[in-house]
Amino acid sequence: MFHYTFHWNQAFKALPQMLDGALVTLQIALLSMAIGLAVAIALTLFRLSGSRILGGFATAWIEVARNTPALFQIYMAHFGLGNFGIHLSPFTSLLVGIAFNNAGYLAENFRGALKAIPDTQARAGRSLGMTSLQAFRLIVMPQMLRVAFLPVTNQMVWAILMTSLGVTVGMNTDLAGITQELNARSFRTFEFFAIAAVIYYVIAKAVTLAARAFASRMFRY
Amino acid sequence: MFNTALSWSDLVFLAHGAGMTLAVTAVSVAAGTVLGILFGVIRSQLGPYWAAPLTFVLDVFRSVPLLIQLVLGNALQSIMKLGWPPFTTSCVVLSLYTAAYCTEIVRGGIDSVPTTTRRAARSLGMSWFQDMRYIVAPLAIRVSLPTWIGLTLGVMKDSALVLWLGLIELLRASQILVTRLQEPLFILLICGAIYFIISLPIARLGGYLEKRWSPND
Amino acid sequence: MIEIENVRKSFGSLEVLKGINLTVKKGEVVTVIGGSGSGKSTLLTCINGLEPIASGKVVIDGTDVHAKSTDLNKLRQKVGIVFQQWNAFPHLTVLENVMLAPRKVLGMSKQKAEEIAVKQLTHVGLGEKLSVYPNRMSGGQQQRMAIARALAMSPEYMLFDEVTSALDPMLVGEVLDTLRMLASEGMTMICVTHEMKFAREVSDRVAFFHQGVMAEIAAPEQLFDAPEHAETKKFLAATH
Repeated sequence: MFHYTFHWNQAFKALPQMLDGALVTLQIALLSMAIGLAVAIALTLFRLSGSRILGGFATAWIEVARNTPALFQIYMAHFGLGNFGIHLSPFTSLLVGIAFNNAGYLAENFRGALKAIPDTQARAGRSLGMTSLQAFRLIVMPQMLRVAFLPVTNQMVWAILMTSLGVTVGMNTDLAGITQELNARSFRTFEFFAIAAVIYYVIAKAVTLAARAFASRMFRY
Repeated sequence: MFNTALSWSDLVFLAHGAGMTLAVTAVSVAAGTVLGILFGVIRSQLGPYWAAPLTFVLDVFRSVPLLIQLVLGNALQSIMKLGWPPFTTSCVVLSLYTAAYCTEIVRGGIDSVPTTTRRAARSLGMSWFQDMRYIVAPLAIRVSLPTWIGLTLGVMKDSALVLWLGLIELLRASQILVTRLQEPLFILLICGAIYFIISLPIARLGGYLEKRWSPND
Repeated sequence: MIEIENVRKSFGSLEVLKGINLTVKKGEVVTVIGGSGSGKSTLLTCINGLEPIASGKVVIDGTDVHAKSTDLNKLRQKVGIVFQQWNAFPHLTVLENVMLAPRKVLGMSKQKAEEIAVKQLTHVGLGEKLSVYPNRMSGGQQQRMAIARALAMSPEYMLFDEVTSALDPMLVGEVLDTLRMLASEGMTMICVTHEMKFAREVSDRVAFFHQGVMAEIAAPEQLFDAPEHAETKKFLAATH
């Protein structure tokens, strides 16, 4: 019907190579999440600080991260910083771009989580003689973590999907990059990218399931 | 004064790119929403068990990078000798991608209508369709619209990836200018500003509706 | 002894307490009744310093609550409060809810805190629910847990702010029984309540609040059977 012969054998031979790429993908995603979480906490504190400069900085970061394409943010890191004589490798550009994006979205999630805990909880803690810091640490924060956990997991999945954008700035060691290289050599586009799609799907599902299992152990209420 | 090689015709070039971004977004969101409503109704009608195959397929669209989907879509249309231009391929893939998210939004909206309300409608003698049309739809749209606007903005941003198939949309247009003029930061800032200009009114509308329609009004 | 002297308090332009004077002696049970917006709940949060006051004084055992130098955290260990909304900590089990403050605020050992928590929870009839999370319990049970949580700090005074108002009618009884038990054990209590029968039974004195003023205070028999103030009569007629 299609007059096209699929060459799956050739593609499957490249599987070990692609799985190596998948490890790089996972590595970038995890690193970008770690950086993103740390920055997001800082941005959240900036917003709560009451300082106009810090608050404005945090708001600007969050707005740019949420209102421009992730690919734009990666381009900014890769090409834009060139203006200052900073030339990042594809790996670093990708990492910086995704981490920037993660931080913006996560900071917004944290704000939502903070809002979701009623003031009466901290008040109940204070009325038992806790200091405001104790009430925050022992009562508000544990509940906040639970509210924020699902969005953080989602962001992790997003980070994995975003790593595929590295190929547009010449990244060639992650799953998308390796797939593209294999494709350029053999022109078996469909076969290679179909396998890549399956690997991405499996990684995304594995992360989601692992997070769910972790959550059901952590948050038993 | 600030010196730039950026000329008036370059700005027109960027505007054309932005036009392409808007065109791809408009087509994909429109088609994706129609499909999403269809799938969403089917999903909530069939229940989780019978809708499982549909749920799975839609989940794949949400768990595989869009870039990979675009490449696969393009490869598939060439294998099938459909002869689609990149614009068509891009819109088809983005529509399905949009539909996958929209289905969840629609289903969430429908499920947010209390069973008791729907029973009340049916007990007044309304048909399933009348119940959907006069009771469920107005309530579900209220719940779903802010999220749907978020989806539209998301698709607008994600549409940048169609540059991989050779379409010259806003980001690709900027990249071409960057290569030619060697003023990366300045041109990318303009590009980012255009994304903001496009998305801000839509985001504002979303925020407004969310406030206006919050459940405790 | 809790001494409230001419306390005034406003929210914006609305004055909710217009000069309240009240002294509660050790071992005394005072209930406060009155319509909504009469300022009775606000008074409680002013007593333990959760709300600042505009003028006047609240003195507990010689300590001025609203003085700058007062360590409110220390003071609150002595004055327990239970709210209308029980504010269970949803992320902790019943036992952990009660143990938390003794451990972190009083610095008790885990063992000691657990011992006290178990004792207090058993006391309010929740000895079987130690490892349950609050959202698995009824409102009445959660409210009794909140009482045990406050009691675990071994307070000398307890403030109860409409603790049965948010409960289903069926569950009101079990919470009131807990309060009766505390009263009979000699706890010093100030209860804001809408339960007239309960107020009559347990109180040494009943105070009637009206529009930020303590219109009348008297022994329960007198206040309920022979009220002097016109507003008290109106209120009692409406609630009976």
